[in-house]
Amino acid sequence: MPRRDDLSTILVIGSGPIVIGQACEFDYSGTQACRVLGSEGYRVILANSNPATIMTDPEFAYRTYVEPLTVEVLEAIIERERPDAILPTLGGQTALNLAIALSDAGVLDRFGVEMIGADAEAIATAETRDRFKEAMTEIGLVVPESGFAYALDEAVDIAERIGYPIIVRPSYILGGAGTGIATDRASFEAIAAVGLDASPVSEILVERSIAGWKEFELEVMRDRADNCVVICSIENLDPMGVHTGDSITVAPAQTLTDVEYQQMRDAAFACMRRIGVETGGSNVQFAVNPATGEQVIIEMNPRVSRSSALASKATGFPIAKIAARLAVGYTLDEITNDITGATPASFEPVIDYVVTKIPRWAFEKFPGVPDVLGTRMQSVGEVMAIGRTFPESLQKGLRSLELGRAGLNADAGEAAYEGLDDAELVRRCATPTPERPWQLEAALRRGIGVERLATVTGIDPWFLDQMERIVEGRHAVEAVGGPTAMTRAGWRRAKRLGFADAQLAYLWGIGEADVRDARLAAGVQATMKTVDTCAAEFEAHTPYHYSTYEDTDEVRPGTRPKVIILGSGPNRIGQGVEFDYCCVQASFALREAGYETVMVNCNPETVSTDYDTSDRLYFEPVGFEDVSNVIDVESANGDVAGIVVSLGGQTPLKLAGLLPPELILGTSPDAIDLAEDRERWNALCARLGIPQPPGGTAASVTEALAVAARVGYPALVRPSYVLGGRAMEIVYGDEDLRRAMAEMAGEGSLGREGGLSAERPVLVDRFLEDATEVDVDAVRDRTGETVIGAVMEHVEEAGVHSGDSACVIPPPTLAAEVVAVIEGHTRAIADALGVRGPLNVQFAVQYGEDGPRVYVIEANPRASRTVPFVSKATGVPLARVGARVIAGATLEELRAEGLLQPPAGGGQVAVKEAVMPFDRFPAADTLLGPEMRSTGEVMGVDTTFGWAFAKSQAAAGGALPGSGTVFLTLADKDKHAGVDLARRFVQLGFSLAATAGTAAYLEEAGLSVATRVAKVGEGGETRDSAEGSVNSVELIGAGKVGLVINTPAGRGPRADGAQIRRAANRHKVPCLTTIAAARAAAAGIADRATHRLAVRSLQEYHEAAQLALGD
Amino acid sequence: MKAALLVLADGTIFEGEAVGAWPPGGVVTGEAVFNTVLSGYQEVLTDPSYAGQIITFTYPHIGNYGVNPADSEARRPACRGVVVRDLSSRPSNWRSTGTLEDWLVRHGLSGISGVDTRRLTRQLRDAGAMPAAFGPVEGEGATDEAAIVAAARGAAGTEGTDLVAEVTTPEAYRVGDGPRRVVAYDFGVKASMLAQLGRIATVEVVPAATPAEAVLERAPDGVFLSNGPGDPAAVGYASTAIAGLLGRVPIFGICLGHQLMATALGGRTYKLPFGHHGGNHPVRRVRDDQVEITSQNHNYAVAERSVEGATVTHVNLNDGVIEGFACGDLPAFSVQYHPEAGPGPHDARYLFKEFSDLMDRYSSKARA
Repeated sequence: MPRRDDLSTILVIGSGPIVIGQACEFDYSGTQACRVLGSEGYRVILANSNPATIMTDPEFAYRTYVEPLTVEVLEAIIERERPDAILPTLGGQTALNLAIALSDAGVLDRFGVEMIGADAEAIATAETRDRFKEAMTEIGLVVPESGFAYALDEAVDIAERIGYPIIVRPSYILGGAGTGIATDRASFEAIAAVGLDASPVSEILVERSIAGWKEFELEVMRDRADNCVVICSIENLDPMGVHTGDSITVAPAQTLTDVEYQQMRDAAFACMRRIGVETGGSNVQFAVNPATGEQVIIEMNPRVSRSSALASKATGFPIAKIAARLAVGYTLDEITNDITGATPASFEPVIDYVVTKIPRWAFEKFPGVPDVLGTRMQSVGEVMAIGRTFPESLQKGLRSLELGRAGLNADAGEAAYEGLDDAELVRRCATPTPERPWQLEAALRRGIGVERLATVTGIDPWFLDQMERIVEGRHAVEAVGGPTAMTRAGWRRAKRLGFADAQLAYLWGIGEADVRDARLAAGVQATMKTVDTCAAEFEAHTPYHYSTYEDTDEVRPGTRPKVIILGSGPNRIGQGVEFDYCCVQASFALREAGYETVMVNCNPETVSTDYDTSDRLYFEPVGFEDVSNVIDVESANGDVAGIVVSLGGQTPLKLAGLLPPELILGTSPDAIDLAEDRERWNALCARLGIPQPPGGTAASVTEALAVAARVGYPALVRPSYVLGGRAMEIVYGDEDLRRAMAEMAGEGSLGREGGLSAERPVLVDRFLEDATEVDVDAVRDRTGETVIGAVMEHVEEAGVHSGDSACVIPPPTLAAEVVAVIEGHTRAIADALGVRGPLNVQFAVQYGEDGPRVYVIEANPRASRTVPFVSKATGVPLARVGARVIAGATLEELRAEGLLQPPAGGGQVAVKEAVMPFDRFPAADTLLGPEMRSTGEVMGVDTTFGWAFAKSQAAAGGALPGSGTVFLTLADKDKHAGVDLARRFVQLGFSLAATAGTAAYLEEAGLSVATRVAKVGEGGETRDSAEGSVNSVELIGAGKVGLVINTPAGRGPRADGAQIRRAANRHKVPCLTTIAAARAAAAGIADRATHRLAVRSLQEYHEAAQLALGD
Repeated sequence: MKAALLVLADGTIFEGEAVGAWPPGGVVTGEAVFNTVLSGYQEVLTDPSYAGQIITFTYPHIGNYGVNPADSEARRPACRGVVVRDLSSRPSNWRSTGTLEDWLVRHGLSGISGVDTRRLTRQLRDAGAMPAAFGPVEGEGATDEAAIVAAARGAAGTEGTDLVAEVTTPEAYRVGDGPRRVVAYDFGVKASMLAQLGRIATVEVVPAATPAEAVLERAPDGVFLSNGPGDPAAVGYASTAIAGLLGRVPIFGICLGHQLMATALGGRTYKLPFGHHGGNHPVRRVRDDQVEITSQNHNYAVAERSVEGATVTHVNLNDGVIEGFACGDLPAFSVQYHPEAGPGPHDARYLFKEFSDLMDRYSSKARA
């Protein structure tokens, strides 16, 4: 069946901000979908609130709406664009839920929009657990015994009937939020209550727990002609009980006989057919009883998922691309397999390597949150590694994580397990945590057998036996004692087990470079093999490679000069999709400029690891050894013009000093060091006469105290060479500083990453209170010309990490002279550093008696997190411009080409807002601070600041109320400013609630506080009737508050504020923790009351801007 | 672990380690082929169609789930040897009763492990399936590189060799309890084929050289032509027998059975460069354009338009090879691929139902 000609306009819904459970895999799938539909000649309308994505680059759609993903907004877009169809299966759970909501609200019917890819009925059958269960039972598949509950007592009845352990799963949630396993009635009641709350429809599934069973997933596709294929099978290393997103997973399935596998395949197809997914990809999850082989079906996702992104990268079969084609009418046999170029897509990929996915967590960002893994997904990113065997891919994966680990131990990090006795080590292994792989190796190395570890962990003995082979390999290496005694066979054995040179160096007590030299001298070097969907049965035309240690290499010679772009590795807080955006844009721009682009990255969620983003893709860890291998093989096959290290965040930048300097393109490693090295940087600022907050560096507590004594408190302390404000803190006195230093030097994860030293000192600066923070993104070329991409003003004051702060283009409150000073400083710094490429500078503007004073906080001669936001807000393709400049082009040349045009001034205001993961960590305090904790971002764009801010809040999931009660609880320093703020809310029709102190202050200023709220006592339950009639947590819990404004004072009265914030988080009441944000909210509410919602595409904003400039 | 070498007839050398049984005389020879299945190594190793061949598994980990008594396609392996990248030392599966390595030793099957099987596969893909030899070059009774090279150069291919004689049953036997009566020619029949047939019929399995008359004497409802190893042109006697059965009884052929039905009708067969060996081949069913993902294992194929009066019913979507045909007015059809799976997908199991329907139609017509 050919392409559907009855459709011309298709609305694609993206997945919104990056959150835990829904990361940039949907940028990957959405980008593929937009490209495919565009190339098929459809008019693609894209709605996605996330400006950091590649898919929202204007070139991927006819119209790109960076607008909140709500029914109201989507209806406005549909009304404007009149699409024929809506494709909701490539934007994760967000898109699916939104499509259902649009259907339920009658919007799709009203405008005659057809849902393609999956219909509402199919989605409801897959997503509503009782319907799913009924459907599966009907076709003879086994589903664990269960029942649905809508209230706690109902849930308890079901649990008592089934018997414990019980797993609780809320309906319509993503990434397992609110899911948990209960072993008795007490724990069940607690978990069920959270689950009921987490489900948007207050529905939970109470089910027999099959924790400890083996877990498998099949990625399946189906077309309109009912052809079904399995793209990939995946086996989880962690058994049932750990969310699949938090499990180490391996492709293909390793421990199923063909009989069992085919049974599972039949069941997956039966499931897909019964659910009614007519076209596209689905993911079906199974559990297998390891003792009897009993198979049960757990769930199915009728859409492209995180696992399908993994499956696509693991096999080379582009599921999202094919799904988009199937949705517009093609059948699988009508689509050609890109990789072979000769065979059809209607086949099942086979692979001749092993793929291991390992999640990356960010528990260090959430003090007080236990790092125990369970049925609720908590990881923020993942890596994938390809090896010819499981040991090789596992070790490559572990070093890809960038946790300072070189593989499965055999590095300095293994010391952490040495002090534990056997019983303790086994006990730790039994609890799933991020540490488990290393604990298991340590246990195996002590001779604690596979059998025992399999029993306590539920991990299949096959995997443990493979780990034991790594242990044996290590013993063999140790027995040899050093590189000179290694035979070629010995080298090959070690490398084939995935041992990094760094691990061998550690075991032998020598340098990594010596290991590498000796190994190469022995003739053992990495060979590059190809991911080809067919295990070499057919010739592959797509250069998608991985390294291993075999006989021969498959890299073909290149013809054009090659640029190697180093990617950003796993997503983590502080380094996410923004950097992938930059790398991908660089690849596109440099390809267009005639280079052959070579991408190196290990993050399977990304567009950068799509095989057709670059001319060549190496799916490899972004570390010294692996990147060196790529350089070697590419140099042997053509001319390497250089390496781009400044677009992938801190990951590649850290390698800049280790790689051959003559190959580093753009800003020199020395200039990078000049900006990072505190002493050199201070000298530079002094020379330029640019004020800095007073400060200094410290390698010890004594030194830190001395600096603080000199500069005064409050002081900002942070480690050097980190991203995302890791361990950054504001301290208010000596004690505070001592504690912060101890945390940094000590047992924290930072300590494990190397601790403190003269090379890795702590920076101690005077903290500028109440200052306005400003970010600038610029690009400077080799002729010395600097173009300013944008000056961004932060909504939250300095002290809140820039990644967690809302920021605005153009700056709403900065005077033109201040902006001019900032731009001037930026140019001066760019010149002084000799930047060639992108540069980000952070400033703080403090308003003193003598007017505003601009301080420079830091400069980073690399692409920043805000580059994609700037591009979307202004229409300047800053990443592409930066990449071209890095490769040697001048801004003048780029202007002549038309790539660089003046920034847009079309009258729009763009607000970037951070999206926080607090719903995953109910125990965490939601107070914003200098340590970055957001996982993603959204953009609100409109013609007024108020509307843009209101949109950004709605897009971030915290839509501002239109009326009701505002609950204020303000720190003393904020009470003065709070009066005007409160008055504004009263004018907007809100009534006020406040805690005693705040209420008294407001009443004194003549405002009427309708509700006086008692503080929560230490235990959170005592109530002082003198203070008020209801306590704050109860007030929030009762749904009586529409907006919470809670500004805390330093590290002061934490307990109460934290409880208020937690309560707001739990009950999804928007909670603002700065006066500035509250002011912005008031502006938003006001604008929303006076102007109707309007939506506009980026293309229109950018075009209007160009027209305005042309006039 | 003893070092071993694998050498192709073209002189290409691969390093590895000896696994499984110590080869008698120190060297194993055979035709090297590769199979791309991700699971099902036990079924593949016991498939009699591999007689005379050395099987290379493209998937690197082999032996993960051990071996069990239920999954063999024949009582013993007929292949000559096995090449893997990695042999699992500790299998894990609830049905496993032992390791693959022990099983290889018990069946006297030799293997070589640690080989860059991807390089080998690419070589076979580009140059075609070819004779090869392997053996240990270390340890007592080991031979040396020169001897293995010589053996590889001297090894015979499968062309013109009657490998069926090596694997067919010496005597007739009966399996299954289905309501119909089927005579199955054993050219190297797989157990899962007989299991499928056994559901629709009581099956009498007869030696490959059984003449047509001997079959017709048994008055079966249908005749089944099994899979089997090697070159169909070398099994002329089977062709002759089939020619004597066509039109007189419903016939269903699979794999070699399909090729022999073609030659019985005067068709030609030819050798594919490296054959089809795997569980992921897409086949189009011509009558409704449905795609079946199929299990395949063959080096020879039926030449296009060589069978007069035949209608092509199934086509390989990868390379256009004829995957099935029906014989016009005659109650006979055959497929090149393996609807019985073992290992592989179940997409084409409906063909056994079609065979039983054909038998039922034919017998009711005969009665009428």
